[in-house]
Amino acid sequence: MAKRAANSVVKIDAGGVLYRELNARLRDVASNGVQRIELQNVYGQRYIGTDLGKPVEIEVFGTPGNGLGAFMDGPRIIVHGNAQDGSGNTMNEGEIIVHGHAGDITGLSARGGKIFVRDDAGYRAGIHMKEYQDKKPVLVIGGTAQDFLGEYMAGGILILLGLNLNAGEYHTANFIGTGMHGGVIYLRGSVEGYQLGKEVDVATLEDKDYQILQKFVGEFASHFGYDAVGILKHKFVKLFPRWLRPYGRLYAY
Amino acid sequence: MKTYLTSKFLVERDPERCIQCQVCVNQCTFDVHYYDTEDDEVRSREENCVGCHRCVAFCPTQALTFKKNPLDYRENYNWRPDVIEDILKQAETGGMLLTGMGNDKGYRIYWDHLVLNASQVTNPSIDPLREPMELTTYLGRKPDRVELDRESFNLKTELAPQVKLEVPVMFAAMSYGAVSLNVHESLARAATETGTLWNTGEGGLHSKLHQYGNNTIVQVASGRFGVHPEYLDVARVVEIKIGQGAKPGIGGHLPGEKVSAEVSMTRMIPQGTDALSPAPQHDIYSIEDLAQLVYALKEAINYTKPVAVKIAAVHNSAAIASGMVRAGADIIVLDGLRGATGAAPKVIRDNVGIPIEMALASVDSRLRQEGIRNQASIVISGGIRSSGDVAKAIALGADAVYIGTAALVALGCAVCQQCHTGKCAWGICTTDLALTKRVNPDIGARRLANLLRGWSLELKDILGGMGINALESLRGNRLHLRGVGLTDTELEILGVRMAGN
Repeated sequence: MAKRAANSVVKIDAGGVLYRELNARLRDVASNGVQRIELQNVYGQRYIGTDLGKPVEIEVFGTPGNGLGAFMDGPRIIVHGNAQDGSGNTMNEGEIIVHGHAGDITGLSARGGKIFVRDDAGYRAGIHMKEYQDKKPVLVIGGTAQDFLGEYMAGGILILLGLNLNAGEYHTANFIGTGMHGGVIYLRGSVEGYQLGKEVDVATLEDKDYQILQKFVGEFASHFGYDAVGILKHKFVKLFPRWLRPYGRLYAY
Repeated sequence: MKTYLTSKFLVERDPERCIQCQVCVNQCTFDVHYYDTEDDEVRSREENCVGCHRCVAFCPTQALTFKKNPLDYRENYNWRPDVIEDILKQAETGGMLLTGMGNDKGYRIYWDHLVLNASQVTNPSIDPLREPMELTTYLGRKPDRVELDRESFNLKTELAPQVKLEVPVMFAAMSYGAVSLNVHESLARAATETGTLWNTGEGGLHSKLHQYGNNTIVQVASGRFGVHPEYLDVARVVEIKIGQGAKPGIGGHLPGEKVSAEVSMTRMIPQGTDALSPAPQHDIYSIEDLAQLVYALKEAINYTKPVAVKIAAVHNSAAIASGMVRAGADIIVLDGLRGATGAAPKVIRDNVGIPIEMALASVDSRLRQEGIRNQASIVISGGIRSSGDVAKAIALGADAVYIGTAALVALGCAVCQQCHTGKCAWGICTTDLALTKRVNPDIGARRLANLLRGWSLELKDILGGMGINALESLRGNRLHLRGVGLTDTELEILGVRMAGN
């Protein structure tokens, strides 16, 4: 099934292979010190990259299943196709680069690492991302996203670029940042007040925000062949939590 | 308008005995005792007294006691004092009422309506002092059938990961942040010494306790606090927490003031921010989604340890449990109506969920009917008070039990229900470093180990009296139970006969 290529790229044909078998194979290959793996014919196999624990690079051709890189710690996954739900669930370290769309709860509870989605993301992207000291997850979505973007966000950086919106089209997500109590969302284009959760406020960007955007939009652009300067010329808004403790006043005593 | 809340207790200080040493002043965390410098006398503000016994226990001359305050409202079965006072508190603040510990209302405690059997004449009882008795319990998925190699008699069937317990009693999930690190260390060391497991709760595992990993259950809950590869690696069991008996369907808010530097490090969130656990896990909206997380975790731990799923016992527990087993849970945990908490809205704690005895009996029956009981172990929690309760739970179908409150009582807790205040005078449910020192892990671990030793001896006595020498023979054996004072419907759900029948 796998051939050790001269440049140490291992190619695996995932066609018809069950996820458990495929992931066992990946564990095996990664523990042999292989740096790069190419997965061909991926048809919905789940949890790719989950238990590898080292910075191996995995190129996925096809459609990986739910939980891509769940609990992941180190690998870099490049998907040539669309990702499904729960990519980067509780991810600790590593990178997921999706040349296509990503499904719901992308980056759920991520505590580190980076996720770049070229096109759109589904519902509740970036939900409950959190950060601690130098561990700061980053989620960049090139297109637009569905409702509850950044819900319950407790840390990290979420960037929504809307590159596939035509002139006169807007982000349509509602309840953006509901329950947010940490981290920051940068949204390219404009957003109406009714689209925001009541725990978020809007601010104009400062220099340090642009520095953050330059870094991560720059990385995004280099992954997908966009012009970062052009993207950054457009207007951005910054969404931030109004309170660190949104629910501090619920209780009698 | 002035709200007057009746003092719960009257503090009595015997002036003959009191030596004005102020130990009570220093020990009380609720500002009851104070030293009046002008009069050179220790006095009390009894309206603050919560009845935790700390001062009484530490008074060197036994000068202190307290009594229930006789000041009452006009007798009324409906408008009881607690009902009136809750309304007053809410009229004052406009907030939800918070409380700690488990449901303190008078719902029927079925353990007290179940009695155990013993051997008389027709079969001999066994003396556990002189004959081997076995409490060993294995948690984890069991195969549908086993196959032996005909030559070597070795097992041919590949077994799912199993966890061996020397005692069928584990320490329930109590997170670091709710309880202190010294409590966690006491639990971890006692579990290791006794050959059982303790549970981190959802606040992560302090790196100092990684050495006890082999006796540790780590929790993955909706907040995913402190969940990272090392956390999953060091554990013996990974438990997905869906719900908790004290607050089914409710998320958790660890208030920012409890998120100290150390708690912040273990939970991996910034100091001083609220740790919010959403009500649902947002990757689980169905049984299929649960299966997805179960197997994500199994992949993350490479199928080397069991994955447990914990739910609060609610109306449809039996159907839900069936789904959980089919979703790949190796252990299912049911937490009943009387399960305790570090903080929960009082209205939820006191009104939501079903008694654990009913949940256990119905889940065990349902899984048997469906022929999948072997696929998961059942662990129950929520109000287990003694080895008698443990024996009855095992007979009703549990593989093992968790104890939370009972373990804390072993550490000094007087069940004063002030856990949510963070002021625990016994230093248990607090992150105040001045208070957490009150639990000494050397002593705490010993007391917890003592408790489990005592219960083990009692369990062996119970088994011996029944004429059986292994806990396995009692498991799910409801013929060893009889009901007292129960209705036909209650007996039917519990699957036990009426005493005398």
